[in-house]
Amino acid sequence: MSEYKGIMVHAELREKELAPVTLELLAGGRKVADQLGDELSAALLGHGVKNLAKELIAYGADKVYLVDHPLLADYTTDAYAKALYAVLSKHKPEAVLFGATPIGKDLAPRVAARLRTGLSSDCTELEVDVQNRLVVGVKPAIGGNVMARIVCPRHKPQMFTIRPKALKPLPRDDSRTGEVVEEEVELSLSDVRVRRISFVKEVVGEVRLEDAEVVVAAGRGVGKDYLKLVEELANLLGGAVGSTRPLVDDGLLPPTTQIGQTGKITRPKLYIGFGISGAVQHTVGMQDSEVIVAVNKDPEAPIFDLATLGIVGDVREILPALVSRIKEIKGS
Amino acid sequence: MNGLRIAVCIKQVPDFFSVKEVKIDPETKTLVREGVPSIVNPLDRHAIEEAVKLKEAHGGEVTVITMGPPQAKEALLEALAMGCDKAVLLSDRRFAGADTLATAVVLAEAIRKLGGFDIILCGKQTLDGETAHVGPELAELLDLPQITYVKKLEVKEGKVVAERLLEEGYEVVEAPLPVLVTVVKEINTPRYPSLRGIMEASKKPMETWNMEYLGLSQDVVGLLGSPTQVTDLFYPERKRRGEVISGSASEVVEKIVEKLKEVGVL
Ligand SMILES: Cc1cc2nc3c(=O)[nH]c(=O)nc-3n(C[C@H](O)[C@H](O)[C@H](O)COP(=O)(O)OP(=O)(O)OC[C@H]3O[C@@H](n4cnc5c(N)ncnc54)[C@H](O)[C@@H]3O)c2cc1C
Ligand SMILES: Nc1ncnc2c1ncn2[C@@H]1O[C@H](COP(=O)(O)O)[C@@H](O)[C@H]1O
Repeated sequence: MSEYKGIMVHAELREKELAPVTLELLAGGRKVADQLGDELSAALLGHGVKNLAKELIAYGADKVYLVDHPLLADYTTDAYAKALYAVLSKHKPEAVLFGATPIGKDLAPRVAARLRTGLSSDCTELEVDVQNRLVVGVKPAIGGNVMARIVCPRHKPQMFTIRPKALKPLPRDDSRTGEVVEEEVELSLSDVRVRRISFVKEVVGEVRLEDAEVVVAAGRGVGKDYLKLVEELANLLGGAVGSTRPLVDDGLLPPTTQIGQTGKITRPKLYIGFGISGAVQHTVGMQDSEVIVAVNKDPEAPIFDLATLGIVGDVREILPALVSRIKEIKGS
Repeated sequence: MNGLRIAVCIKQVPDFFSVKEVKIDPETKTLVREGVPSIVNPLDRHAIEEAVKLKEAHGGEVTVITMGPPQAKEALLEALAMGCDKAVLLSDRRFAGADTLATAVVLAEAIRKLGGFDIILCGKQTLDGETAHVGPELAELLDLPQITYVKKLEVKEGKVVAERLLEEGYEVVEAPLPVLVTVVKEINTPRYPSLRGIMEASKKPMETWNMEYLGLSQDVVGLLGSPTQVTDLFYPERKRRGEVISGSASEVVEKIVEKLKEVGVL
């Protein structure tokens, strides 16, 4: 097993830029690598993205393995799994980190199974067992009601997906130096079995929910006629619109807005929820927000157990008043 | 056989969300299962529904498969009552304690033994494991293309066209058969088993297969075959309840505005 060395991060991209989670993975990987006295590398797969290597280094990588190929321009399971498997088989890192994003969670289990190794999902923290050279994944389970520690003691590499926003990126340091290693991987069109035909964008408001520093969320207590105000408030605060499942089930907001167990996990600086009861299936997706403001007419609503500032009151009065007050402040 | 050969993989899970409190047994460091009802994993009911709908549209047969203890038969019966045609329970003491890879290994072997399928459906993730690993791992072990997070599925001329739910919208993809698909809740509304369905379910074929029957060895299944191990379960630190206030709209708006300024968004 000692042939396995170093920590590697899958550098997830978003339209030829590094995805925010990639910087978070670098920070987590850097910490683990330093504790183990290891090197931190990044696997950068894509097309025409060589320029991103120095960014990866500035955020903590010692080395970047670059696989540049036209068939890696868009993410596909088949091409990415093949390329990453090639890099992992050749360089044999002790541990590999992925974002717990749709891409990371599609790719990581595929590659883990190919390597017949273990994958711990949705970790929010990584610890290190230095003596046994193990990376310990800490993750919420059962909707955040309990936490679990998971290890992969007998197999290498140890693989992890890490929830976006769980870790903080290191400050960018352009004086850092590192090595860029270009890797050749043979890929042909016949390797790619699932072909993308089109992409349909469905975002409400101007900011992506999972990256947003501010989330304004609507629950069933926000009448249909008031949803526009929720969106307006989100835009005024430079935030994103979130929702509970009933609104998605009723077709009032698209599934991309749903927060929670079967939706998205968010960790904004500020979450404001209107007319949301606070069912665990929802709160698992917002409970780690730094500040939580909740408006609900029911003083017993469980959301108040989490709220930094809880307001017992009617959304139909408070929401319009808040929007006009903020416009007033912004206008002056 | 005419029509589609469809498999759907389901899991019976403890519904911890229906109980007031999730308890950890301090001795064993496992979750207390007593008094927690067992249900068919909610997303797997969407997978069953999609399988039955595909059969209704294209003809063919749906085989429902689960790995679990003997009582997981209940879950299979529910799937049969919803319209699946036959069921296979993969059950063996030595399968216990399986992580996702060790689960996928058993499912893959069963699927090979059943002669393969045109479409294999899974839920995106389970209520208890919450990993979303088993689908992709199973696809890999069977060397099949995978389409995850599917919210719409169509089969035509030996191909599938699917809509995959992503962060910012959805992607439309196309793949040849055979293929493995994992579904999200947006794909359909699962039917309730009809009375007739429930009566017929118990007459449909159901087999139970163990490790020897699958020709697997102990080192690749169950706890021993699992690369990952849970070493500790503990309660998260609960955040303290903050301030709860009421008042006139203008009063509370001022409080919110204060908070927004404090956080720096205003
Ligand atoms: C398997 C499963 C998965 C699920 N996954 C998710 C998930 O990912 N995300 C999710 O959100 N849910 C999920 N749910 C649903 C979840 O259990 C709750 O049903 C849901 O979160 C409740 O949404 P809500 O708070 O908007 O509605 P409700 O629970 O109906 O609450 C509405 C609240 O609005 C308040 N209210 C009403 N009118 C007003 C008014 N005029 N002014 C102020 N307050 C008002 C009421 O007091 C009430 O507290 C899931 C459920 C299951 C079974
Ligand atoms: N024991 C099992 N038997 C059959 N299918 C399973 C089992 N465990 C998981 N699955 C399938 O894999 C999906 C993802 O599970 P998980 O990786 O546990 O989140 C589930 O929705 C099921 O379709």
